[in-house]
Amino acid sequence: MGRYVIRRLLQMIPVFIGSTFLIFFMVYALGDPVAALFGDKAPDPATAARIRKDLYLDEPLWKQYLHYMGQILTGDFGTAFNGQKVTELMASAFPVTLRLTIVALLFEIVVGIVLGVLSGLRRGRSLDTSVLLITLIVVSIPTFVSGYVLQFLIGVKWGVVTPAVSPYAPFGELILPGVVLALTSLAYVTRLTRTTIAENSRADYIRTAVAKGLPRHRLVTRHLLRNSLIPVVTFIGTDVGALMGGAIVTERIFNIHGVGYQLYQGILRQNSPTVVGFVTILVIVFLLANLLVDLLYAVLDPRIRYA
Amino acid sequence: MRGAVRARWAACVLSGALAATAAGCGSGGHDEPGLVRASWSDPQNQLEPANTNEVQGGKVLYMIFRGLKRYDPRTGAAENMLAEKIDTTDQQNFTITLKDGWTFSNGEKITSRSFVDAWNYAALADNKQKNASFFEYLDGYDKVHPDSGEPTARTLSGLAVKDDRTFTARLRTKFSTWPDTLGYTAYSPLPRAFFDDHAAWLKKPVGNGPYGIDSYHRGSAMRLRRWDGYPGEDKARNDGVELRVYTDNNTAYTDLQAGNLDLVDDIPSAQLKNVRKDLGDRYINQPAGIIQTLAFPMYDERWSASGMEKVRRGLSMAINRDQITDQIYRKTRTPATDWTSPALGDQGGYKGGLCGGACRYDVAGAKSLIEEGGGLPGGRVTLTSNVDTGSHRVWMDAVCNSINNALGKDRACTVNPIGTFADFRNQQTEQRLTGPFRSGWQMDYPLIQNFLQPLYYTDASSNYGKFSDPQFDKLVDEANAESSQDKANAKFQEAERILAQQMPAIPLWYQNGSAGYSSRISDVTLNPFSVPVYEQIKIG
Repeated sequence: MGRYVIRRLLQMIPVFIGSTFLIFFMVYALGDPVAALFGDKAPDPATAARIRKDLYLDEPLWKQYLHYMGQILTGDFGTAFNGQKVTELMASAFPVTLRLTIVALLFEIVVGIVLGVLSGLRRGRSLDTSVLLITLIVVSIPTFVSGYVLQFLIGVKWGVVTPAVSPYAPFGELILPGVVLALTSLAYVTRLTRTTIAENSRADYIRTAVAKGLPRHRLVTRHLLRNSLIPVVTFIGTDVGALMGGAIVTERIFNIHGVGYQLYQGILRQNSPTVVGFVTILVIVFLLANLLVDLLYAVLDPRIRYA
Repeated sequence: MRGAVRARWAACVLSGALAATAAGCGSGGHDEPGLVRASWSDPQNQLEPANTNEVQGGKVLYMIFRGLKRYDPRTGAAENMLAEKIDTTDQQNFTITLKDGWTFSNGEKITSRSFVDAWNYAALADNKQKNASFFEYLDGYDKVHPDSGEPTARTLSGLAVKDDRTFTARLRTKFSTWPDTLGYTAYSPLPRAFFDDHAAWLKKPVGNGPYGIDSYHRGSAMRLRRWDGYPGEDKARNDGVELRVYTDNNTAYTDLQAGNLDLVDDIPSAQLKNVRKDLGDRYINQPAGIIQTLAFPMYDERWSASGMEKVRRGLSMAINRDQITDQIYRKTRTPATDWTSPALGDQGGYKGGLCGGACRYDVAGAKSLIEEGGGLPGGRVTLTSNVDTGSHRVWMDAVCNSINNALGKDRACTVNPIGTFADFRNQQTEQRLTGPFRSGWQMDYPLIQNFLQPLYYTDASSNYGKFSDPQFDKLVDEANAESSQDKANAKFQEAERILAQQMPAIPLWYQNGSAGYSSRISDVTLNPFSVPVYEQIKIG
């Protein structure tokens, strides 16, 4: 187990280097950001040249990359154009997005699995069909539609919550955005759970357990659910990364100053330190979440062993 | 401070968990009744007067700084603020005398040094100030800010301190209206704290305006408080302003509707059709000093050859400006009839209609002019603009439709949308564009000179199309040497007539400033730079 974890951690190093290089290259390919800093006016050559030098933009790409990596290894992620350190931006953005992700994950796990189990156990009945229909509708509505509609109804029309989240973004304010963010994943979790539950409830070991006379709740939670969760856990694991990085739309709608917003801002202003720095952290989160998922398999299914 | 923030978090998490409502914990939870809550976006650059060239940072600087002159928020006329008088006999050497009794909000007295040091700092290339070029008119600028290489001087030779309240400025050439440019924030005085502890100053800038900065959380919010010791006439009529960074102007608008925000100064285009219904009288739509044009690449022979001015004028006549401003912009743009802006007013040199028939929609005239001039180069024209903001894609399509309809050809005009502003700007500076491209201009100071000289004078800083006309240059030089503003304006207007003949850029429309506000506040106006006049806002 320990050796397996170490091996996986070591494997992350080349992935990390490769992905940072790709991202660096892609942001670089967007072009020179300096001219745009001057607004309507033409950039004055002396100032522009000095800013380029400060940002190492006057060096060839490979030198810029080496310099950037060297900085990262000493914990310096560079500076955004407004003078803020990227590490400062991260320190303010990641906790906010993490809270948002937690809300979204909790919602999709609890509601998604409960709905999935219920409809899986009542396969073909009216509950199953209506859950199927609802998830179909939810999957097909894009986030920006559900976001704006719910924001207007709940925030403005009924005045239950404030439509925009304050800069500190406490959990209470993140409930609505979290739900909006979780909606599409929720549908997937429900459907995945439903399918595996439906399959496994016909399995031999369930029939044996029923024959043994186990109480129904024990049968469902210990035997049926535990065996059915593996695909769901895989999905949720990858979803952590997607939720953290892919919240750009939700964060913009609800005025959440999190990772998605900073990324959006960084791309718009072509600030490579911001974009590369944030994406690098996201890559790490993604890798760790996947590792965690793999380890969870062993907990869920004792037949799986890592050496 | 930190403790308080944390305590509120805890309270909010609890109430959120218990009641599933966060109404009491939103940004509106702890508001002081005397504060104006206004929308904001994260300023692109650090907040230094000579380094801020966009509206969001400008908003703050207008509140915390006052310079030698100030532009009347209603008429745009330049009036003395800190300057008692600015004298000249030859339009080139100016003597500036300061009023007595002005201090920075930290108590430091404002002397002529406060100005001279600030200007020298701004002009020096090593300080990388984005507004450095505003000081190019001063003598010695080429020494402190050479186009390449290291500066050979640290200070501008054209500036000299006479005594605490007097300093002199010598310009490179005659420039009679130069004193009227001094209301721009780049010319603000700076306290010693700016130079002595720069990092601390940037965290919490100190100025001499009607407001002082109370707290500043970069990227999220700034709270400004009225400075009670402010010596000027334009004291703040509210207790303070809270600027809140919004990720999206739609969200700010929603927050205004929900009553959590008092002032939004950027109405999202998707809401323009509802805004009258939503806000009624609390919606402002007034001219701002911004014009959009389509500039021709005059560096490209196919567009600059003689006879092509007819084609350029013809294209201008083929554009149905009225229809586009009505349907796409819902009258938040006004069809342009010259190359400046109505926000200048008569005093600033605006005179509508100088473009004449060349800016009037006339299908038959357009077609015959273009044919007379030899037709479009290669039979077609491609419009280019960045499309990441400002509905640029939409109007480009509309302009192309307009041109195609006028010429009776389907494929005569096409658009070339570019994803980011930076990419667009690079292609423009490198002269890679071979057809007309969007050229927007937001004025720095309300003078006709600012709309003409930087854009159409030979080799001027923002003359992207490389237009050059000796007669135009001569008129601009003469205008700058005139002793009175009226005479200068007349010369500039004469120069505009040359633009109407040559049409190096097609005037499209004047851009308006728009804003909406809550019923909690009153006396909301926008100045000619489309920035709200915060100090005049009253609560209730």
